[in-house]
Amino acid sequence: MLEFMGLGSLDDLWSAVPEALRLAHGLDLAPGASEFDVLADMEAMAGRNRRAGPDLVCFAGGGAYDHEVPAAVRSLAFRSEFVTAYTPYQPEVAQGVLQALFEYQTLLCRLSGVEVANASLYDGASACVEAVNLAVTAAGRPTVWVSEGVHPNWREVVRTFAAGTGHDLVTLPLRGGVTALPDDVLPDDESPGAPAAILVQHPNYLGCLEDLTAAARLARSRGAMLLVAFDPVAAGLLRSPGAYGADVVVGEGQPFGTPLSLGGPYLGLFACRLEHVRRLPGRLVGETVDTEGRRAYVTTLRTREQDIRREKASSNVCTNQTLIAVCCAIQLSWLGTTGLRELALRCARATRYTREALLALDGVVPIAEAPVLREFAVRTPIPAEVVVERMAEQGFLAGIALGDEYGEGLLVAVTERRTRAEIDAYAAAFEKVLA
Amino acid sequence: MSAPGGRASSAPVMGRDEEPTVFELSVPDRRAWSFRATDLPEWDAADLVPTEHLDPEPTPLAEVSERDLVAHFTRLTHRQYSVDLGAYPLGSCTMKYNPKLCDDAASLPGLTDVHPAAPAALTQGWMELLADLADILCRITGMHAATLQPPAGAAGELTGLLLMRAWHTHRGQTRTKVVIPDSAHGTNPASVTLGGYQTVTVPSDRRGCVDLAALREQLDDDVAGIMLTNPNTLGLFEEDIAAIARAVHDVGGLLYYDGANLNAILGVTRPGDMGFDIVHMNLHKTFAVPHGGGGPGAGPVAVSERLAPFLPGPLPVAGDDGTYRWQTPELSIGRVHSWHGNALALARAYAYILANGGDGLRRVAEAAVLNANWLRHRLRGVYDIPYDRPNMHECVVSAANLKKRAGVRAVDVAKRLLEEGFHAPTVYFPLTIDEALMIEPTETESPQTLEALAAALERIARESASDVHDAPRTTPVSRVDEARAARSLIPTWDAREPRH
Repeated sequence: MLEFMGLGSLDDLWSAVPEALRLAHGLDLAPGASEFDVLADMEAMAGRNRRAGPDLVCFAGGGAYDHEVPAAVRSLAFRSEFVTAYTPYQPEVAQGVLQALFEYQTLLCRLSGVEVANASLYDGASACVEAVNLAVTAAGRPTVWVSEGVHPNWREVVRTFAAGTGHDLVTLPLRGGVTALPDDVLPDDESPGAPAAILVQHPNYLGCLEDLTAAARLARSRGAMLLVAFDPVAAGLLRSPGAYGADVVVGEGQPFGTPLSLGGPYLGLFACRLEHVRRLPGRLVGETVDTEGRRAYVTTLRTREQDIRREKASSNVCTNQTLIAVCCAIQLSWLGTTGLRELALRCARATRYTREALLALDGVVPIAEAPVLREFAVRTPIPAEVVVERMAEQGFLAGIALGDEYGEGLLVAVTERRTRAEIDAYAAAFEKVLA
Repeated sequence: MSAPGGRASSAPVMGRDEEPTVFELSVPDRRAWSFRATDLPEWDAADLVPTEHLDPEPTPLAEVSERDLVAHFTRLTHRQYSVDLGAYPLGSCTMKYNPKLCDDAASLPGLTDVHPAAPAALTQGWMELLADLADILCRITGMHAATLQPPAGAAGELTGLLLMRAWHTHRGQTRTKVVIPDSAHGTNPASVTLGGYQTVTVPSDRRGCVDLAALREQLDDDVAGIMLTNPNTLGLFEEDIAAIARAVHDVGGLLYYDGANLNAILGVTRPGDMGFDIVHMNLHKTFAVPHGGGGPGAGPVAVSERLAPFLPGPLPVAGDDGTYRWQTPELSIGRVHSWHGNALALARAYAYILANGGDGLRRVAEAAVLNANWLRHRLRGVYDIPYDRPNMHECVVSAANLKKRAGVRAVDVAKRLLEEGFHAPTVYFPLTIDEALMIEPTETESPQTLEALAAALERIARESASDVHDAPRTTPVSRVDEARAARSLIPTWDAREPRH
């Protein structure tokens, strides 16, 4: 090949790289290793984690849930045609991914109760960021009211990106476990100005069900959009955010087919009313036909996207989480109409059972009395960090120790995987570590 | 010569019928699901949740058996091109083969079954992996510290711009402009806007590189920095990079390295040595994380020492006893991800880097650049080559003359190439080249595959408009009506056939 190009050696390939910039001695890294050695090293490293399952029975949630992943989903989601394809720029050879995304968009719209969904964002946090950006751009006003019931990490990410966009974020505090809407109390002492949007999570970070009817009424009265971060599992039982009048529905899609994986890759769910479709961030798949009139799919309304609008784009999203969205579509189809409802119901039953068992212990009290579905928060007589630490010694991931803003407490989530025997053992261990 | 390994025109197809949607396959009360026996009380929904919150009707989804579910999605995979099937010379996307080792590494139960909010004492293995990967990425790029949180390249860009902003703000400066070249990816200007800056576009010179004189005129103390891809999107190395860096630093600006094309320089030169202050990497390009049909990727950002205090946190940090803890840098811009980034994608890249080692990564760059230069030579005289001089990992050719002579456009070449059993190159980018075809063969395609690809491109260049306008004819669908999709939007199955 070098001869064909008239080059003497491989080093001649770098003629354009100034000599002074070239690495004289290569990279300061270990030499290569066989796949077997690499896997053995990584397995040893992975062994220094304590696994949910065999090592720790998992009662932690907070946006990352220990749900079942059925064999069919694992097998299909690992098909190399899905795994090793690029973004579907050539639709004629990408109908597989495109149709799977079209089905995903349909499923997400049915769950969220609004008419259009994109082909995914990175995670729950990025979906919140994009929802806020959409609302601010549409309204032309920089203020957004964000409930303290929204996942604290998601709120932090929204704040991080607001440094660039200049959005003015006002926190709506929680009262009795649910968002104190400014009809009752204004945040801080100053009037925050007309908000472009109100962002609430339902059920919220503490697991409590929010009053979306009141939130929607407030949003309408202020000319603001209602942005709802929802839990797609709880949606198996709850009225959809769209039914309350939400403009944008976002969420974390990890519960459908994605293992805990230290938090990624997960799936940013993003859906909105059709009237906002021109501001939809990310990719959108639409149905069309080929030259022979056969049904076909293609990414559409491409003029919204960064590669065409460039500096005028309101989102820079390009690569997203397509494979996880496909996985989500497969798992939702595995569940189906009855399975999703059964899943939500089983989570709610297990949560009720666990909550009653913990509240029966001396000194364990609920943080709020508001109704919950699949997650709840309690105050413990000893610091929650200590509870988590001691419970790990007993073989349980007891939950998530809440940060100061919620007061000391423990956030507990119970999925369909938990049996009565596990929960009884958990409660018994809990009693022991409190003693 | 042996047969090419990267050509997929033999891929079997059972027919060219439409695949029904999962909703059309649905039959009431058919199901695939099952759950563990839990022995818990079987409370009704109304016992558990106040009725005003309950949806009286279950959300209608598809109702299919596991058998029909598996068959449906398997048939969809048969309508999908992928790297595992054949060559994917999509310029700027670095569609290299993804070693199967990385699948196994990312499936280790000790990595997948770990809750992100578990205390550090329970996740020491992950923290070690992430800290080691960050260190390795710094060695590869010549930087000081890194965050692994950004989940994609564009997220990395925006993180980098927010770091730039935090740096200037901390020094009491308000700057409003960021310079990008006219050949930049679209995510660059979009990220600049979201970072709160205005884009200033610097033109390319006759050699396809940044016009240094024009840049010098644009630089002043209102410029926060410059975003560059090097090699640039024409596949050309910015030879004046040292002078560019000096000029930007002289006005107090920072240099941002868009790592989209890092594959070309692995082990050869490093952004840190060129003078860059902030670097993002696309692990889904350079480090073989598969693209998943459009993600998940990973876009870590590495910075020089003076910017390290601003990195997103928390970062895994080793104590004297070798125990890792999470620590947030003192001037952190804050989190940019719900948790710690696309962790399993990071584990894949880690496996890839360990398997290659420092020596192997250098060979990756050599083969990538060798292959792209060979293609440029091979296609000389077949297509126009706007910048016919040594390129790096990709070469940009033009169908402008083909269009003039025979009415064959870049898009026609792309569609015809699909029939030849190859994925198409990137077309109509960079925007500075008329009828551009941007070809990035990557290091993993063999000489046999490269020759077959070149021969196919050569055949197509000899064809007339009437030969190519019907292409592709051998694919699951023929040319797709994109205008109709936008004109009469059908974003869901329900928009097509309303349920109510």
